[in-house]
Amino acid sequence: MPEPMKPARWLADYGMILVLVLLCAFFSAVTYSEQSPTGEAAAGQVVEAVLKAVPKGARVLVVASDQPGDAVFAARVERDLTAAGARVLATVTGEPRNAREALQKIQAAGGLLDAIAATRVAGGWRLITDLASDFPSLGSPRVITPASYRWPHFLKSENLLNIANQIAVIAIVAIGMTLVIITGGIDLSVGSLIALSAVLAAGFIRDRAGGMSASTGGMVLGCLLAIVVCGAVGGFSGLMITRFAIPPFIVTLAMMLVGSGLAYILAQGQSIYQIPDSFVWLGRGADLFGLPNAVVLLLVLYALAQVLMSRMKLGRYLYAVGGNAEAARLSGVPVRRVLLFAYVASGLLAGLGGVIMASQLKSGSPTYGNMYELYVIAAVVVGGTSLSGGEGRMLGTLTGAFTIAVIQNGMNLTNVESYTQKVVLGLVILGAVLLDKLRQAR
Amino acid sequence: MSPPSPSVLPLSSTNPTNPPLLSLSGIVKSFPGVRALRGVNLRLHAGEVLAVLGENGAGKSTLMKIIGGAHTADAGTLAIDGQEQRFQSPQESRAAGVAVIYQEFNLVPALTAVENIFLGQEVTTGGFVARRREREQVAALFQRMGVEVDLDEPCRRLSTAQQQLVEIAKALIHKARILVMDEPTAALTSHEVEKLFALMRELRRQGMGILYISHRLEEVFTIADRVTILRDGGNVSDCPIHAITRDQMIERMVGRPLDQEFPSRRVKRGGPRLEVSGLRRGKAVQGISFQVHRGEILALTGLVGAGRTETVRLVFGADPRDAGEIRLDGQVLDIRSPRDAIDAGMGLLTEDRKLQGLVLRHPIRENFSLPNLRRWCRRGFVQRRRERSELDRYIAALRIRLSDPEERVGNLSGGNQQKVVLAKWLARDCEVLIFDEPTRGIDVGAKYEIYLLMNELVAAGKSILMISSELPEVLGMADRILVLHEGRITGEITDVAQATQEQILQLAHA
Repeated sequence: MPEPMKPARWLADYGMILVLVLLCAFFSAVTYSEQSPTGEAAAGQVVEAVLKAVPKGARVLVVASDQPGDAVFAARVERDLTAAGARVLATVTGEPRNAREALQKIQAAGGLLDAIAATRVAGGWRLITDLASDFPSLGSPRVITPASYRWPHFLKSENLLNIANQIAVIAIVAIGMTLVIITGGIDLSVGSLIALSAVLAAGFIRDRAGGMSASTGGMVLGCLLAIVVCGAVGGFSGLMITRFAIPPFIVTLAMMLVGSGLAYILAQGQSIYQIPDSFVWLGRGADLFGLPNAVVLLLVLYALAQVLMSRMKLGRYLYAVGGNAEAARLSGVPVRRVLLFAYVASGLLAGLGGVIMASQLKSGSPTYGNMYELYVIAAVVVGGTSLSGGEGRMLGTLTGAFTIAVIQNGMNLTNVESYTQKVVLGLVILGAVLLDKLRQAR
Repeated sequence: MSPPSPSVLPLSSTNPTNPPLLSLSGIVKSFPGVRALRGVNLRLHAGEVLAVLGENGAGKSTLMKIIGGAHTADAGTLAIDGQEQRFQSPQESRAAGVAVIYQEFNLVPALTAVENIFLGQEVTTGGFVARRREREQVAALFQRMGVEVDLDEPCRRLSTAQQQLVEIAKALIHKARILVMDEPTAALTSHEVEKLFALMRELRRQGMGILYISHRLEEVFTIADRVTILRDGGNVSDCPIHAITRDQMIERMVGRPLDQEFPSRRVKRGGPRLEVSGLRRGKAVQGISFQVHRGEILALTGLVGAGRTETVRLVFGADPRDAGEIRLDGQVLDIRSPRDAIDAGMGLLTEDRKLQGLVLRHPIRENFSLPNLRRWCRRGFVQRRRERSELDRYIAALRIRLSDPEERVGNLSGGNQQKVVLAKWLARDCEVLIFDEPTRGIDVGAKYEIYLLMNELVAAGKSILMISSELPEVLGMADRILVLHEGRITGEITDVAQATQEQILQLAHA
């Protein structure tokens, strides 16, 4: 008989989500300020306004500065105005100097100007505001810019996607860490495996797949190789833990040193950047509804992991092994295989994290992933998973990762310096776990 | 800290006109959703052993924790020597002269007996622990107690009985006058129980008041002066030991007349099912062979350490065996892990259900499903509807009392926990069930239900291999008895109806 969920239990299970929502609300409030649309949205608005303000066949100049999204703006405005029958005399992106040249050319040709479609920034240039005195012969063109509005900087979709993209590596690696911690173990090697994976993938592409002119197949092969090697390292840790009963802390501490050392040896202590531009597809591309590819991958992996833990036999076994390994063994659970799976999965996901990082930064370096194991563990713990094993939730970890990301992003937006950020982050982790303990004590 | 006085106890008078050493009246204690105690009264005089009896869930543990200061009563008074006390912490209770020895001892495993005894109250000179003086005091105390305990071994290496003695010594060093003991004999051999009782009698003679909680009614008659019986959080009886019979005790505990302790059955024994020959592992199991037939309950008995549990663990694949062959229905089985044994159709109800039988922090449903998941899953996905319907079926069939299957199994009473373990194996439809101490720590009513269930199983043609330290249970339930001693079978009793406890004990000491 399915029972309605009691509020107390709901709060207990999803209390961290509430904290996350409150954090978002806080940062939204403190970053509430004047905003102007950019890119496509701005273009649509400006085109509509121009067409309304001036007659058909009017002569228009398009001006944009060199900020991100401005090129898109300019191209789109030019295209749409032309399509609607306006005459776009020139399209300028860059600095006021470029705009002045364009205006001089129009003046020299002796033409009149009906309207100037500009971005918010370009519309504010002295050149444009003082047009009537500098270029009296152009007539009195209407300057049309996107309307400004008030909106929290934090809540702008670019910023939110940026948060998700920034945390993708940590969140993906945290899936594997959650599996391991639920079995009652720990994996300290993930930070080093990120570096090893990034170096392996980048190194393979540079040395074996043709460097800057590497094919897609070669790049995919390099990434797969890196991920498989990291999975093998995880498997080795798992074997040491299951066959020789060495504590996971010790085994993975050793592999952390080994992995980091190997990454430095393979990269000869240097960054590897001889990689084709197309390699950034995974880390910086955005193919699906404007969502960054890494974020899509993150969401897919969390969905799979959630299904694994809540619906599948293996998920139950992972919890049972962490809850009471002996009782699980005597109930016929293949304890060693289950543990091995957890460490292999953690290694594979750390490898994937390394590949994503290499793609985001378009290079591989042995310095990547430094201290990441701690951020990953923090995400898992903030998400409510107990370090003593047997308990924890995948979606909790996702919440934990986003909580950390939101705090970091929010502090960046509000200009908190990075040293202070560390202090705050440390206190937040402690506070989250304290909250969890108080809830359990009730 | 001053050295202990010549008598073990700093006590003087046992005059009955004095106020009772400990008296509780109208103690009420509620937990969310449960009224654990509803007005309990209790008196304990100096120089007296008071047995507190009751089924699991009757409120004994809660009462004990209130006396020990671990819980605070919602209402009612607690007085020592007529002085009302309100303990807010175990420290306050200890300072008032109360020592509580829980079933799970409060010892630091890595510390020695001396270090444990003085933990928190170290004898110091100039900031340094006076180890020699501490050691001398403890040695002298153990001598007066008439026992030997190694003072230099870490406590985890001591036997259960010795750890218990360390706990008692700790109480004496702290000048306790009230000693509360929860099931002190549960893990002791009969010889150790004798020694413990001798010590308890000596402490009683010196004026200590001992509150003794036990499920073993035979022992209550040998050691207690008076009995207080609790049921559903209230008193139902308080009388001197000679004014009550064993059957009356049980009736008052369960609240209804009990026709018989062991239900009878009539099952025809079938052919051999499980055949074990030449089983060996180290010194614990030295060549054990036996057969269990269809429709039979075979009991393995003997003293603690005779190799009973070790034997069944080898059969079940829980430990690797040095030698031995295991056949089921004539087929030789290659058992290397519990998984193999389960696949062959065996189930093991472990001796210690908390450490080996259940994942206490996990829901009842998940514990129930654990050995069955492989059959209730398709392409790796658990068939949750099937899981749920099987669970509902067994909750009803075994009359497991629970409020919500998603509740942690650790929140259930001992009897209901054991039923969950039983349910998980019954759902697996095992042909051979190994029950290691199936009724340990379970109240009388639940015991009877488990016996009935065992009868049903053998009537359905299953085979049961049972280990039990309780001889009445062995005699009451088994079709055949094997007695073990130091890893060997020292006797077989086939005519159980005519057998006696003495006969078994003789074989067990052989």
